[in-house]
Amino acid sequence: MTAFSNLGIRLVAISVDEPGVSAALCRKAGYTYTFLSDPDASVIRRYDLLHRGAGVNGHDIARPAEFLLDSSGVVRWVNLTEDLRVRATPEEMLRAATALH
Amino acid sequence: MGRLRSTWPIWLGFVVSLLGLISYFLFFARFPVTRNVPWVNFLLFATSAALLLGGWRKVLTGQPPRGGKVVSSLLTIASLSIFGAFCFFIFYASRKLPAAIESPKIGQRAPEFALRDTHENPVSLATLLSTPLDPSSPSPSLPRGVLLVFYRGYW
Repeated sequence: MTAFSNLGIRLVAISVDEPGVSAALCRKAGYTYTFLSDPDASVIRRYDLLHRGAGVNGHDIARPAEFLLDSSGVVRWVNLTEDLRVRATPEEMLRAATALH
Repeated sequence: MGRLRSTWPIWLGFVVSLLGLISYFLFFARFPVTRNVPWVNFLLFATSAALLLGGWRKVLTGQPPRGGKVVSSLLTIASLSIFGAFCFFIFYASRKLPAAIESPKIGQRAPEFALRDTHENPVSLATLLSTPLDPSSPSPSLPRGVLLVFYRGYW
């Protein structure tokens, strides 16, 4: 993850998890990047990533997706996986980040 | 005990099949090399199939004939069901994702938002773009970009 900050990219993780849950995850895994909570999935809906009933207990959650924005907030790279199990590798994301000017 | 002696490969085949399913979710799914194409688990299911076939040979050709056909059938059906469930998940369920048609496309401005961080402070996209990555450095620079990673949560 320091590779991203070396490239000047801020990493931001977003899910429906409450701040307390994300904080516990960060502590356990040693993550230092920003984790944001979207418990009512309003932002997830705004980004059209809602996956109805797919969470534990049938909660609505996000389908996985990554968006690389440039310094003015314009989308420059999108990864919408077709398969839950196959995610973008850090290498793919770094390549996209490196291509940002 | 006679029955167990003749059906042990079938029991083992069932156990290996169960292992093939459970080990994926508990272990192999953590690593892309064994998650994207679950070759280890397919090997486990192949081993299970070999054990089941060998076991049936023993049951059907054993002299003198020993029992165990009912148990063997049940275990075989269970093993096949486990394999079926695994395939269902790998080839079907994990691809059943909603199409994100209205998601921001390349060239579009990402929608603004304000969400709470792990310290319960509201953070906006504008703030994320305009706050230096390392404010304590002698010459703090603005981020060249932001990578938004939406994930399922509940981890």
